[in-house]
Amino acid sequence: MINREFFFKGYKSILAHDSPAIALGCCFIAIGALLKNLGFNIQESIFSTMLTYALPGSLVMAESLLVGASLLNIFLAVWFVNARLYPMAVSLFPLMMHKDQPKWKYYFSCHFIAVSAWLIMKSNYKSIPKEQRIDYWIGIGSATWSIAVIGTFIGFFSSEFLNKDLMMGLAILNPIYFLCMMVGASKTIQISLSVLLGAILGPIFYFLSPEWSILLGGVVGGTIAYFVGELNVS
Amino acid sequence: MSANIVYAILVTSFATFLSRFLGAVSSEGIKETSKLFKWFNCLAYATLAALIARTIIFPVGVLSDASYMSRFAVVILSLIVFFVSKKNYVYPTIFSAVCMAILNNYF
Repeated sequence: MINREFFFKGYKSILAHDSPAIALGCCFIAIGALLKNLGFNIQESIFSTMLTYALPGSLVMAESLLVGASLLNIFLAVWFVNARLYPMAVSLFPLMMHKDQPKWKYYFSCHFIAVSAWLIMKSNYKSIPKEQRIDYWIGIGSATWSIAVIGTFIGFFSSEFLNKDLMMGLAILNPIYFLCMMVGASKTIQISLSVLLGAILGPIFYFLSPEWSILLGGVVGGTIAYFVGELNVS
Repeated sequence: MSANIVYAILVTSFATFLSRFLGAVSSEGIKETSKLFKWFNCLAYATLAALIARTIIFPVGVLSDASYMSRFAVVILSLIVFFVSKKNYVYPTIFSAVCMAILNNYF
């Protein structure tokens, strides 16, 4: 069913020297503490991380609950902020598609799409045979997902010991880690330009529409980078 | 569990899973060597960069209480640590947390 060798190879990738385990764990510690302060109990906090497993979406949900937003508003706000997962899935799954693998593996493992697991897979997929990449991916996803759940658990029970300065320190970890990973991944003109334009255009579009800023920044920046890269090649 | 919180969690997870699932389904016909795949790759990196920039410049939650200067200082110093440490991901990450806590305490 799932190739154990490649599953555990993927699972162990979280132990690598440059793994996102620390950053990811710390961010979910902050989420666990935040959810407790919002009135969630431990079951709800764990349930939230297990089912959502996307940091910005959890933050948006927490903020929406705080201001008493309706369920439709929560749905739309989360969908906008997590719409980035669509291009992330489309730019990852073709690398793992193999005719001998059952479809359910792809549909089941799409839940693991998150920045940390995506970046690990993107930097390691070439070293894995194509047929086994989906099992390797499920291993990576299971590992990062476990870290998120453990982080939430620790955060929930240590919230009383986390003062504001510590919470700020935990909150900045994730963007800095991802920023470094993105800079590290910028090896071609297309990717470098995508990262640069996305980082510039995202905040600019925020002034036009906070909800659409990430998507607009991504689509406009990514498309310009794509055409510049293609022109450069030709 | 309070019903409102459970409904909020279910709605949040559905909104999140929708993008993931649609991405997995629509990538079935896309070859990794195609131009469409390359374009989506650019979109993914640009969208992530936009998200990171927005998280730092227009944060939600506790980070919004930190001043712009302290956030920018942490980003610049962490990138310096990243390049000095020969692109190690762990050192700048840990450094950023310590730096943010210290800067916020004193400025």
